[in-house]
Amino acid sequence: MSIATILIATIFVNNYVFARFLGICPFLGVSNKMETATGMGVAVTFVVTLSSILTYFIQKGILDKLGLEYLQTIVFILVIAALVQFVELVIKKMSPTLYNALGVYLPLITTNCVVLGVAILNIQEGYNLIQTIFNAIGSSLGFTLALILASGVREKLELADVPEALKGFPIALITAGLMSIAFLGFNGLI
Amino acid sequence: MTDILNPIIVLGGLGLGFGVLLSIASDIFHVDVDPKIEEIRSVLPGANCGACGFPGCDGLAAAIADGKAPVNGCSVGGMPVAERVAEIMGEDAEDMKKMVATVLCQGDCDKAKEKYEYQGITDCRAQNIQQAGSKSCTYGCLGGGTCQEVCEFDAIEMINGVAFVDKDKCTACMKCIEVCPKGIIELVPYENEFVVKCKSEDAGKVVRNNCSIGCIGCQICVKNCPVDAFSFENYLAKIDYDICTNCGICAEKCPTNAIFSSAVKELAV
Repeated sequence: MSIATILIATIFVNNYVFARFLGICPFLGVSNKMETATGMGVAVTFVVTLSSILTYFIQKGILDKLGLEYLQTIVFILVIAALVQFVELVIKKMSPTLYNALGVYLPLITTNCVVLGVAILNIQEGYNLIQTIFNAIGSSLGFTLALILASGVREKLELADVPEALKGFPIALITAGLMSIAFLGFNGLI
Repeated sequence: MTDILNPIIVLGGLGLGFGVLLSIASDIFHVDVDPKIEEIRSVLPGANCGACGFPGCDGLAAAIADGKAPVNGCSVGGMPVAERVAEIMGEDAEDMKKMVATVLCQGDCDKAKEKYEYQGITDCRAQNIQQAGSKSCTYGCLGGGTCQEVCEFDAIEMINGVAFVDKDKCTACMKCIEVCPKGIIELVPYENEFVVKCKSEDAGKVVRNNCSIGCIGCQICVKNCPVDAFSFENYLAKIDYDICTNCGICAEKCPTNAIFSSAVKELAV
């Protein structure tokens, strides 16, 4: 698969939020405001790319060699959790500005299933290192796009006359559902 | 045997490796934090309610230690917490002025003119999009009650189309100030009774046409103030709350009653 195909596929066709339904929790949690959505998106992009590279080497270097493919999930979770902690420490020291900008989103990513999903799908699809990196970037860009689009809609919804029973999360879920249907339109693209 | 040993070694080894790496990293990348932040954090209620306007108690603790927030920043904890925080900061809680939100507009339905009849969603932010609201005065309170909605302490009341803040219920959480599209809610020291309740920077004649209780920029208050607490800019008088002695002369002299006591709900006319 060419890099362009991977990018388009992961951003639009197989958007992690709207098509694969991964990362719904942070999607609903931080899509209230455009600003926080962007912050979360940047943090996810950063971590997903790093963790994909790391898990790629661990899979090829350790798990495959020893025939321990079945340990994949638990090892990847361990790697992601440790990586997020490490990245947080480094950023806190190196760039307090970036640390403040990412804020609480960085530790939250530990439990974001998009990160694990991308790492596992990289292996399942049998990508090489370059493809892995672009798959990671595309996936997290798709996630960011979903967050930003949803936050734009939800900012407008704040002012809309929503029926009492649908205020808050119900209308957010309906919105997400409609956006997911809209994203189905990309299906024939590739 | 290797079938069992291998996974144990790999998983245990990875876990141990990451653990050691992280502990080394936390040592290398150790950042010294102000010990005051920890202390203040332990005094705060820890409810993470966000009423202070900072992201949770941690955010407020950092801001107080940094001097960006007052020691009485936690409105939920009130005086007891403020005193303990002040102790940590080495300040006197008594010196801290209690601030309250005050709506700087009195142009209610009878006093301010409308330029059109608004029939949309009852929300100031929505109304403000339509030609800056239905009032002829583009600075005034829209009366949509958005501030009342965001107030968690039930301190805001809508009286005849203008918001009014109950001084005693207000905790200065800033929520109404942030949400008001007109920016006419400001923090005023609790002690200060007299406030210029108008934000109009229009010329006197325009203000007179739009509203019977606006500041027309006549500067009578500036001339009559015994302690020179007034400044005057853009056709609008402003009181320096630090200098003001609450003598009330300005409120007496003000021809339009734009300067008025912040504690009284409505002008008795």
